[in-house]
Amino acid sequence: MKLSKNTGTLFLLTGLGLFFASIIFGFLASIIYQYPEFLKDSLGLIKLRPMHVSAALFWILVAATGAIYKSLAILTKKDSYPLLQKIHWGLWIFSLLGIFYCYATGNFGGREYWEYPPVFAIPIGLAWLLFLLIFFLKVKSIKKWPVYVWMWMTGIVYFLFIFIENYFWVIPYFRESFIKDMVIQWKAAGSIVGAYNMLVYGSVFFIMERISKKAHTGFNKWAFALFFLSFFNMLFNWGHHLYLVPTNASIHYAGYIVSMTEWVFFIKIIYNWKKQVTEAEAFYHYYPYRFILAFNFWLFFNLTLALFMSIPVINLYMHGTHFITAHAMGTTIGINTMILLAALFFFLVPKKEHHQSQLLNTGFWGIQISLLVFLLSLMAMGFVKSIWFFEEPQAQFAEMMARMKPFTLLFIFSGFSLFLSFLGVISGFVFMLFKKHP
Amino acid sequence: MSKLILMVFLVLSIAFLLFSSSIYADDAVYIKKPVAYDANLQKEGRLVWQKNNCHVCHQLYGLGGFLGPDLTNVAEKGYNYMDTFLKVGVNSMPIFNLTKEEKLHLFEFLKATNASGSANPKDYKILMDGMIVQK
Repeated sequence: MKLSKNTGTLFLLTGLGLFFASIIFGFLASIIYQYPEFLKDSLGLIKLRPMHVSAALFWILVAATGAIYKSLAILTKKDSYPLLQKIHWGLWIFSLLGIFYCYATGNFGGREYWEYPPVFAIPIGLAWLLFLLIFFLKVKSIKKWPVYVWMWMTGIVYFLFIFIENYFWVIPYFRESFIKDMVIQWKAAGSIVGAYNMLVYGSVFFIMERISKKAHTGFNKWAFALFFLSFFNMLFNWGHHLYLVPTNASIHYAGYIVSMTEWVFFIKIIYNWKKQVTEAEAFYHYYPYRFILAFNFWLFFNLTLALFMSIPVINLYMHGTHFITAHAMGTTIGINTMILLAALFFFLVPKKEHHQSQLLNTGFWGIQISLLVFLLSLMAMGFVKSIWFFEEPQAQFAEMMARMKPFTLLFIFSGFSLFLSFLGVISGFVFMLFKKHP
Repeated sequence: MSKLILMVFLVLSIAFLLFSSSIYADDAVYIKKPVAYDANLQKEGRLVWQKNNCHVCHQLYGLGGFLGPDLTNVAEKGYNYMDTFLKVGVNSMPIFNLTKEEKLHLFEFLKATNASGSANPKDYKILMDGMIVQK
């Protein structure tokens, strides 16, 4: 396989490299929760957390870009604008090298999830602008857009807008009021997740359409209705991050009311369950489908958690606790990563007969079980902290952290098991990719 | 159908832009406590907070990392309390060699966060519709 032949492949494999880096940094960071002095004088949590979070975030963005390029090459039956795509990839590589060099040398300056010096927002922004241009050049030949093309377009356009909004803080006007600054920060942080989810969900829709060989599903009215509901939530539901922040009540109520429309997704998942079980029997041994099936389970799990967290009175007890971490990691690993692993298999090792591997099977189940224990341990840590918030008299912070210890250990062990399981799947995938199939 | 899709897309986008603009233009100060702070210095203090990645372990209004405590109202404990932690470090918290100026800016920022209200969940009341508001 000539890896340089298709830029989509380059993006997918760069994403895989970032994912590998993310799980290593994540595992090292988790140890600090039990052993605070671990790597304190070299990396410490101050460097490890941005390295872990940024690598995970960039894995999603870069791999989703690769999946879109691959999908568009299939849809338009040609891989057009290769030079522009290579420049696009080059801009990402330049940004990534600069950002991780800055992290390693302790040069920060950005905000949560984007801790690198803000100057690196320029090449990332340019890369995204180029992506937007290439996307429109490629899709101009598609007369009638299926829902996933709409999702990609929405994700690309809005990511760029929100990414710029995410840097409003460099203008002093936006830092004049601490509350306004905080509202804009979490408005952008909330919406940008919705924007890149559009890229990922569009890709899973495309893959599912190809697996099931039902070309009309991309034009289904239900598909468009759910797309618009996701879009509506992306634009207006971010207020649920800010219930405790004393700002304009309209922000709180918009977040509350809009978030509650997500119950429609919840009901739709349950409604589709039976159909999915029948499909699962037919495609179980095909890894793209198996990862999509896992994504469906984790979507249900995380949506349930998110729906409860979006009710302000419940949010009061969960906010500021590890329930938030469980939700963030549950969506990043359970939803985005499962879809992107499905995309890696679907685009790069597409034949079902090449998927027979004990290592993959063990890795797959290791991931699912470890992730469940991992998330439950985080939720248990959140529960301990929530009780501490309301106890009278309140114990010292350090004492509360000590109460968490059994769950912290479980969190570290399940994290290690998750790390090993992912390593198994990545090794199995790389072995298949380079193996000469007869 | 394509026209309808485009229309809905544009209507939602315009609504989003209007909502966003109203947030950018909101000049309300949202101060709940009579705490004096320097508005210009707090802006610089926000940058000190970022440059040193304080959010990796600490939270403001519950948003941030969970290895250390929420610092929204830590300014109530005074400048020396903050200064001691920065100088000595504790557990996984390293020693921060900030300049005197940086520390003053950071403290002004923490005074501003404190003035805005309380991040303690006990200080919130529950309304009939399930919403929560600071007492």
